[in-house]
Amino acid sequence: MQPTLFSQSTQQWTVSRLTFYIRKLLEENEVLQDVWVQGEISNLSRPASGHIYFTLKDSSAALRCVMWKTSAVRLGIPLQDGKAVEVHGRVGVYEVSGQYQLYVDQIRPVGEGALYQEFMRLKAMLEAEGLFAEQHKRPIPMFPKKIGIVTSATGAALRDMLNTLRRRLPLVEVILAPSPVQGMEAPPALVKALRSLILQDPDVILLARGGGSIEDLWAFNDESLVRAVATSAVPVICGVGHETDFTLCDFAADLRAPTPTAAAELATPMSLIDLRASISNLQSRLASATINLIVEQKSVLSSLAAQLRFVSPERRVQSGRQWVDELTRRARSSLFHYLRLQSAQVKGMQRRLQALDPMAVLRRGYAVVTRRDDGSVVSRLAQAGDEMKVRVSDGEFEVRKTENPESNQQS
Amino acid sequence: MPKPSSKKTEKPVEELTYEEALAELEEIVSALEGEQNRLEESIKLFERGQALAAHCGALLEAAEIKVKQVAGDEVIPFEDLSE
Repeated sequence: MQPTLFSQSTQQWTVSRLTFYIRKLLEENEVLQDVWVQGEISNLSRPASGHIYFTLKDSSAALRCVMWKTSAVRLGIPLQDGKAVEVHGRVGVYEVSGQYQLYVDQIRPVGEGALYQEFMRLKAMLEAEGLFAEQHKRPIPMFPKKIGIVTSATGAALRDMLNTLRRRLPLVEVILAPSPVQGMEAPPALVKALRSLILQDPDVILLARGGGSIEDLWAFNDESLVRAVATSAVPVICGVGHETDFTLCDFAADLRAPTPTAAAELATPMSLIDLRASISNLQSRLASATINLIVEQKSVLSSLAAQLRFVSPERRVQSGRQWVDELTRRARSSLFHYLRLQSAQVKGMQRRLQALDPMAVLRRGYAVVTRRDDGSVVSRLAQAGDEMKVRVSDGEFEVRKTENPESNQQS
Repeated sequence: MPKPSSKKTEKPVEELTYEEALAELEEIVSALEGEQNRLEESIKLFERGQALAAHCGALLEAAEIKVKQVAGDEVIPFEDLSE
């Protein structure tokens, strides 16, 4: 239908509104917001702004493309006119010139899709062989003395790793096995470097490379290198590319690090700070153990001193004295006993003596008569005229025998 | 446990590497914490332990990483050109 001045359509469009409408149509379409497009680069322009402009074309069509600086800095491959690439992005509209274009966020060489297929095939195969199995992973030593590094001698990755090691554990000895890390010659060179490094018997090996395109990192998906890593006699930490990059060496290694710097960090679980802390801990244990020991020795000493006092001669002298005292006491007591006994005996004898005392007889009225001349006791009849003494209880007196006829008859 | 007092202590502390010094320090601390030592010997161990700790600290402060590189069957000093 031909539009006429008197068209039925009541919708009035401005250029802006129509362009905006078209833009919305395109930008609300899910397919157009996530596309991979294959073509050849032409009209490549890289102004100072850092953004990249080019046209992607094939034999019969052309597509305006822009890649903002934020994406352009992560670009891993060189671009040039005529280069066949696959670009990823979303379709949008540049309203100022009324052009639709592709806002590109990734560019990869043609054939990378095939690389990805190859990666998945190899990964599945090696995984099935058990090369990536957890039980083959060896622990990373806590305190490595010798760290081996396989990387490019000139890359930023080496500098980053050496700086990290210098900062974290400057005690370490580093042995570098330099090797190209990209290109056709890289895989066999990397395997050779790894093998020569293992001969140096380091505690751990860092296999590293800085960031790059998937093609740049491809050497680390090489089957022979992956096998060499998996069977390495020394634990391997793999730090290739950036956080988001995964290579088969990452799976085969004993530990995967997101970057070379992180690999150097993971290789030194104990940093200088930890070592200083452990030394000061040992220092304080040393001091307290010694103090404890001295305290212990003091108590042993004082208990020994007590024992010594117990067995000292002084004590023996003291106990000897005590013994003497004891004996003295006992001697006294038995002497006393003896004396008492003796005194009782004496008293008994006194009593017996008293019973025999002639004076006692005298007191009962008897008298003792003795001759005056010789003092002999008169126990027979005396002769007249004999002079005698008569002893009575309270004294004595003299007597003379008178004539007595009756008594004379008997003599 | 081996006695830490024997031949090893003959070596002057200053000549020990960090690892040797640290290992001996650990040994001495365990010995002091564990066994009954003669007091005189313990004091000697303590003094040696202190010297070892100081030596370890000094080595840490002064440490500088050594970088070598494999060249064929040899290991040669590495010229770090990136610095």
